Amino acid sequence: MTKRKFGLGLSMMLAAGTMLAACGSEEGTSTGDSGSGEEKSDFSVAMVTDVGGVDDKSFNQSAWEGLQAFGEENGLKKGDGGIDYLQSASDADYNTNLNNLIRRDFNVVFGIGFLMEGAVKEIAEQQPKAQIGIIDAVVDAPNVASVLFKEQEGAYLAGVAAALMSETKKIGFVGGMEIPVIERFEAGFLEGVKAADPSVVVDVQYTGAFDKAELGKTTANRMYSAGADIVFHAAGGTGNGVFTEAKERKEANPDENVWVIGVDADQYDEGQVGDTNVTLTSVLKGVDKAVIDISNKAKEGNFPGGETITYGLAEDGVGLADSRGAIPEDVMAKIDEYKEKIASGEITVPETVK
Amino acid sequence: MSTKATNILVPVISVILGLIVGAIIMLVSGYNPVDGYLALWNGIFGDLYTVGETLRQITPYLLAGLAVAFAFRSGLFNIGVEGQLIVGWFAAAYVGVAVELPKIIHLPLALLAAAVAGALWGFVPGLLKAKFHVHEVIVTIMMNYIALHVTNALIKTVSGGGDRTESIFASASLRSEFFENLTEFSRLHYGIILALVMVGVMWFILEKTTLGFELKAVGFNHNASQYAGMNVNKNIVLAMVISGAFAGLGGAMEALGTFEYVSSKAGFTGIGFDGIAVALLGMNTPLGVIFGATLFGSLKYGALNMPNAAGIPLEIVEIVIAVIIFFVASGYVIRLFLLRAAKKKEAK
Repeated sequence: MTKRKFGLGLSMMLAAGTMLAACGSEEGTSTGDSGSGEEKSDFSVAMVTDVGGVDDKSFNQSAWEGLQAFGEENGLKKGDGGIDYLQSASDADYNTNLNNLIRRDFNVVFGIGFLMEGAVKEIAEQQPKAQIGIIDAVVDAPNVASVLFKEQEGAYLAGVAAALMSETKKIGFVGGMEIPVIERFEAGFLEGVKAADPSVVVDVQYTGAFDKAELGKTTANRMYSAGADIVFHAAGGTGNGVFTEAKERKEANPDENVWVIGVDADQYDEGQVGDTNVTLTSVLKGVDKAVIDISNKAKEGNFPGGETITYGLAEDGVGLADSRGAIPEDVMAKIDEYKEKIASGEITVPETVK
Repeated sequence: MSTKATNILVPVISVILGLIVGAIIMLVSGYNPVDGYLALWNGIFGDLYTVGETLRQITPYLLAGLAVAFAFRSGLFNIGVEGQLIVGWFAAAYVGVAVELPKIIHLPLALLAAAVAGALWGFVPGLLKAKFHVHEVIVTIMMNYIALHVTNALIKTVSGGGDRTESIFASASLRSEFFENLTEFSRLHYGIILALVMVGVMWFILEKTTLGFELKAVGFNHNASQYAGMNVNKNIVLAMVISGAFAGLGGAMEALGTFEYVSSKAGFTGIGFDGIAVALLGMNTPLGVIFGATLFGSLKYGALNMPNAAGIPLEIVEIVIAVIIFFVASGYVIRLFLLRAAKKKEAK
């Protein structure tokens, strides 16, 4: 008993120590805060991820990489007065995270993803002095810069590539949720396939989630089993399952002709199996470029508040990643042809599936 | 050791143990636990804004906890609170968007719609249980998925292909200018008052009405209740309906207070599932639910400040919070430990 009592006493003392220590350092932190508040001359920028998290190998990650590049260029470190990010565990956290960053005096705060539309709208009204950027949605407020992408144009090129590269004339599309952004990918992809080779069949499947890799894997499994040899995914984390399925097939049978087209960022590293790679190419979405672009404008004092900026092929905001030899040159030439036509406005890619 | 002392000691020790283990996890992962807990504390009580937001977070937990607890008292395990909450959320938002009425009619109508939607979602498993003895756990789990995907489809239809409805009319909103000014623009809304009233309603039903007595009797032993002349089947259905109505109101808190709209969801909100823990922490009593919801809501909301102020990754934070809740929930073990210790002392 005495031993137990001693243990109990010890643990309580430890706890008390922790609590007292916490009280002690409170002053230290608060003075630190006010200190950073005074050095407003330095430009700082931060972002809030949606529920995908900062390592989603997709647009949240791309945005953070953009911020990091911006930070490196301008000698900014992670933390107050530099660059930083906060992750959201649920929809209810967006407001709080945006507010927290604004309170930490970041000059520009980005909300990444259409999911944050409501939160950005609300915070923009409450904090009229804050400069907020939102990706993939339009918020009509004088202190919000809205960023949209012409995903359909990048996906169109992927469609051309897939149609010309497919041997079975069957390809697949795996979408996340049926929302306008993803539907733009689908519409562009279908249109591109049709333009390059109308005989190619596209199997379109939506998984209803961006964070369910297992769903992506089973969907891809069905597509490959049904004879598809190329699958394009626009499904964030769900798409990682598409890569897993393709890699497993390649591992089991190195001669099998399976390819994946990645999305948002260059997903070449995702497709590595031994010495080969299943990534045909990736549809790039320049979230990083947009973030850097707006940060630079804001730094010069030209924050595009109240404006909607659209990045397409012409602005180099979307495009295809380096295929690293997976796509032969004659096909690349054809893709470049379409690319020029879109950039010049000769071809207009529809935003929705007809 | 006297029972009174044990009753006070048990929760205190469990919270302290949880904090210590959480601190060790942070230390091992290379983060400063003092900064971490300080950030947690400031995230909950730091200023008026965080207090307001913490209370806002507690609100749906209160109702979800009540829903689970109410079914538990009648011997039913309602895992479907999540689904009932989602349909309630949609119903309230829909009424909030579809019509514009004077506030005195619109707000109660939206709340009623949420309660009815939740009740309906509870009625199905209740009926199946009463008539065909289908276990409510299976049915409610499946009803969760049905709720998730049906509401997603409805949102798409209502919004004309979009992924969220318009914001509700101000006449249906629970938002409160008074609270907003008081708490520096937090999203604290009148729902907290409604939730607390519902705590009283549950207490009243269970303790002061014949219905409550019968429900509890069925919960204790339905064979005995039947023998005593109670209509067991009717009580099972009623318990699920009332439980579902509480959950639906929980959804209305999100629809009319926190968000003021409903958007399609890729997955569950988690509030309904956390409601199970809230109810169990609170021993399925109305007052206990207040305690459980406060603990859950505060930790959940305060945790957001740990990556913000102390730079601890969200994943580590979630482990620490889970550990604290784990220790609070295992208070029974500590009680047993203390009792044994006391017995040994007597034996000596």
